[in-house]
This record gives sequence, structure tokens and C-alpha cells, in this order.
Amino acid sequence: MKEKEQKIAGAAKEERQNHMKLEFDSRSENEGFARVAVAAFMTQLNPTIEEVADVKTAVSEAVTNSIIHGYEGRVEKIIIRCSIKGDELEITVEDRGVGIPDVKAAMEPLYTSKPELERSGMGFAFMEAFMDTLRVESTPGVGTAVHMIKKIGTGQWGD
Amino acid sequence: MSEVKIENGRLTVFVPKELDDHNAKEIKEQVDKVLDSEWIRTIIFDFRNTAFMDSSGIGMILGRYKKINYSGGKVEAVHMNDRIRRMLILSGLYQVVRLEKKGE
Repeated sequence: MKEKEQKIAGAAKEERQNHMKLEFDSRSENEGFARVAVAAFMTQLNPTIEEVADVKTAVSEAVTNSIIHGYEGRVEKIIIRCSIKGDELEITVEDRGVGIPDVKAAMEPLYTSKPELERSGMGFAFMEAFMDTLRVESTPGVGTAVHMIKKIGTGQWGD
Repeated sequence: MSEVKIENGRLTVFVPKELDDHNAKEIKEQVDKVLDSEWIRTIIFDFRNTAFMDSSGIGMILGRYKKINYSGGKVEAVHMNDRIRRMLILSGLYQVVRLEKKGE
């Protein structure tokens, strides 16, 4: 019994855990809100200014993709889930939009499906550069989920 | 609306604190209006007030470059922080937009 208690206390001490979920309309004025909300959530990890800026950029890219490409300007819901596990921040940005037919092609730098909108095609490249891990799941007609992980407290650029 | 300055064919755009998809659209419209009505040879994007930019900013600057390049005009970027400079380089934009050197 005593041993079990000690184990539980030990586990709580070594692994910080926290979670949040955010749901908002796919309006461009919410891009600023979304990245600031995630930045506020991550402060408990004592990030550097650089790390906060990396995460804000990555969140902004993913949310902008959902607004412009996922929903193509329609106002629907975007969901952001953030988890803290130890010193890692895990972010998922999810939409129920049109999906990406060819994820590999979409992730190529300078690729854009909407050149008429003056998109630079650098969204996924910046997410990749500023986060440690980037994984994109998408099904045409169902939606897209972008998973990103970043270890906080390493004091390095995301590459 | 962003602050702009027009002087001797040079249009300086003072980029706002944050440059994302939302306000990139506003700057695009504002700059294009000036390009359509004034004789502009150089567009200068001044980032002295800008703390945040994402890839929407890259797209907006590239779009203005394409527009002014038709008539032989040029684009410059000045007073950007290290992070924005890095994004301009990562995206390849430095090949067509003159970046002010550090400490210039």
C-alpha cells in the first residue's frame, strides 16, 4: 500500500500533464486569438521568447490553412487541442473541411492549390521548421488534422 | 489601414505589429490602390513595428513584387527582426526582394 502511494506520487512529480481544447469559428480575425491562446497555455512550460514565437507561427499557419483551404472561406468550426506531457507541447488543429487529396504534394515547399490568393506555399514548411514533429492526416470530404509536437526548454531554433 | 509614405516614386509601407492572413489582405488592397494611381518604382516594406509574421506575409510581398516587376520596379524589406529575416530567406523571397543587411 505504502509502496503504491509512493509510486503514484513519484509519477506525478516527474510528468507534468495538462490539456485544453478550443473551438472557434473559421474567421480570419480568429487567427490572432488562436495563436495567442496557445501561447498563453504554453507559458506553464517556461518557454523562451523564441519558442513562443515558433509555436505562434505554426498555429497561425495551421489555422489559416483550415480557414482558406479546409473551409474555403465558409464559416464553420476549427478545433485546437493542446496537451502538455512533461516538457513536450502537443498541438492538434482540426477541421471538417474539404480535406487534402495529396498530403505529400501539399507539404512540398512552394506548393499551393490557390495561387490566385497569393498563398506562398510555405505554410507546412514553416510548421516543419518551427516545430519538432509534424504529422498531417487528411481525408477528402471528411477533414484534416495537423499534429505538431515541440519540446520546450531546449533553447534552440526548431530545426 | 497601414501607414504608408510616398516620396519620389518610392512607396514605404509600415507593416503593422502582426502580419497574418487577416491583415495581409488589407495591406494588399491598400498597396495595389497606390500602385494603380501613383508612379511607384520601389516598394519598401518597413518591419520596424512588426513582431509577428506568418507565410501570408510572404505571399503578400511576393504578390506585390510580381505586380511591380512587370513595370521594372523593385521591392525592398527593411528593419525586420531576426525571425522575419529568417522567414524571408527560408521562403526564397530574398532572391527577388532586397533585404536590408543587419545593422544597415
